[in-house]
Amino acid sequence: MKITETKELKKMANEIRKAIIKQVYTANSGHPGGSLSIADIMAVLYFNELNIDEKNPNWEYRDRFVLSKGHCVAALYSALALRGFFEIEELDKFRKIDGKLQGHPDMKKVPGVDMSTGSLGQGISAAVGMAIAGKLDNKGYRVYTILGDGEIEEGEVWEAAMSAAKYKLDNLCVIVDNNNLQIDGTIEEVMSSYPIDEKFRSFGFDVLTIDGHNFYEILFALKKAKEIKDKPTCIIAKTIKGKGIPFMENKVEWHGKAPNEHEYNEAMMFLGTD
Amino acid sequence: MNIDKKIATRESYGKALVELGKENENVVVFDADLSTATKTNLFAKVFSNRFFDMGIAEQNMMGTAAGMSTCGKVPYVSTFAVFAAGRAYDQVRNSICYPNLNVKICATHAGVTVGEDGATHQMLEDLSLMRTLPNMTVMCTSDDIQTKWAVKEIAKLNGPVYLRLCRLTTPVIYDENTQFEIGKANQIGDGTAATIFATGVTVAEAIKAQEKLKENGINVRVVDMHTIKPIDEEMIVKCAEETDRLISVEDHNIIGGLGSAIAEVLTNKCPKKLERMGINDTFGKSGKAEELMKYYGIDCESIVGKFIQNN
Repeated sequence: MKITETKELKKMANEIRKAIIKQVYTANSGHPGGSLSIADIMAVLYFNELNIDEKNPNWEYRDRFVLSKGHCVAALYSALALRGFFEIEELDKFRKIDGKLQGHPDMKKVPGVDMSTGSLGQGISAAVGMAIAGKLDNKGYRVYTILGDGEIEEGEVWEAAMSAAKYKLDNLCVIVDNNNLQIDGTIEEVMSSYPIDEKFRSFGFDVLTIDGHNFYEILFALKKAKEIKDKPTCIIAKTIKGKGIPFMENKVEWHGKAPNEHEYNEAMMFLGTD
Repeated sequence: MNIDKKIATRESYGKALVELGKENENVVVFDADLSTATKTNLFAKVFSNRFFDMGIAEQNMMGTAAGMSTCGKVPYVSTFAVFAAGRAYDQVRNSICYPNLNVKICATHAGVTVGEDGATHQMLEDLSLMRTLPNMTVMCTSDDIQTKWAVKEIAKLNGPVYLRLCRLTTPVIYDENTQFEIGKANQIGDGTAATIFATGVTVAEAIKAQEKLKENGINVRVVDMHTIKPIDEEMIVKCAEETDRLISVEDHNIIGGLGSAIAEVLTNKCPKKLERMGINDTFGKSGKAEELMKYYGIDCESIVGKFIQNN
């Protein structure tokens, strides 16, 4: 199920966005802002880039994906369901007591989730471990992880970055979702992680900065990352929090809030119903 | 017990790791710039490609080990107990225990018996922190033979383990062919005047006390609680029924450790007074290990003193 046309990828990203909004609305809880900002990247990862098999989620040669910014799990569940890892109806039980879709990724409950995350800064370390194991066993798979630009304020991220460079993890691709907002305000206001590119570069990464909503740039950066040898890659994706729903865009209050019925209908209208 | 043959459990750990490395090629070892102290350097010398020195960055070390375990590796992760259970607690909780990953945390330098380095390096809360984590098996071994067994045995469990090891050299208690089982305590002697529950470095102290008491006509039994979780409930109930007094002694805060774990069982199954000996809710301090055990009241003499006044 590989999609190569950017037009089709864009459609899939729209489906992911709709599923995100529906999940958060149905659960009346969740994190729409940061899920929407990574929707385009998730569409490319799950429908073009990742070498995975929805029929065999634990295939040992598969590419790994770790959502280090685990609170944006609605985007991951949407991608997994659309890709066929589980029934799309399961999304209606997101965050509910009788469902398996926990509020943050749980690898033991959900097929296709490669690592349980939620406590920020920890996913990248797990990704480093997976990448080292891949090298050790010459399995040839790649490991991808998405971090938030607020998340990289965690010290563990930089511990992990050091180790990724030490072990020359050219099979590791770190993507920073640079939507410039965290709970208490803008990145600059709260605790600036800028300049992100210079930081990762000085930690031994090859760094690419792209528009995280431009499919050509996402595809190109992921292709480029595979050509880099002996060091890990960091793709800094400039994104818009809440992307796709105008009243949510760049609004920090949509970090962790569910839309009411009126807002839900309005949001779905922007995404188009079919 | 051979009082003249002393080996620190960290040393036994390093040696056992090398043997395990030969038997199981999936075993990988992590350290955080303390390999000469934790003795993982013995493994590193033989299996350099399976040894990962993650530098002074314990949080990432735990997370990296977690990630590697998802790919079929069996990581043994070592640093001082204060950093393993304390500094990296959240990583142990969320990245290892919550997903029930197969990571073996072998933490050395636990307790006041670290000695001269003082309070910042004397971990007295690790048993408490680790045993409240779901999925975690918690062990604290008492001698060379038992430690070597445990290091290999925990590889057979599929799930996280915290193995508490010590810096202090302690007597070899067991014969080579002694049988152990995870979750089953080892009873030493069958005296009925009291049961002395001990773990790790305090087991040898309890055995020494047992011998002194015997000279004074007081017959006690010692129970080596090498597994703190799952705790041997059957043994605790049996001893509560068979002996007059119950005492626990540990190189750990009296809150949350061995004594607390035993008290929880007694409360549920066989209510009886338990005298808990340990570090009395305070931080440690610098000094020689033996001096500190005496100072904090967890040595042989302190145990004997529970029975004989002005001992």
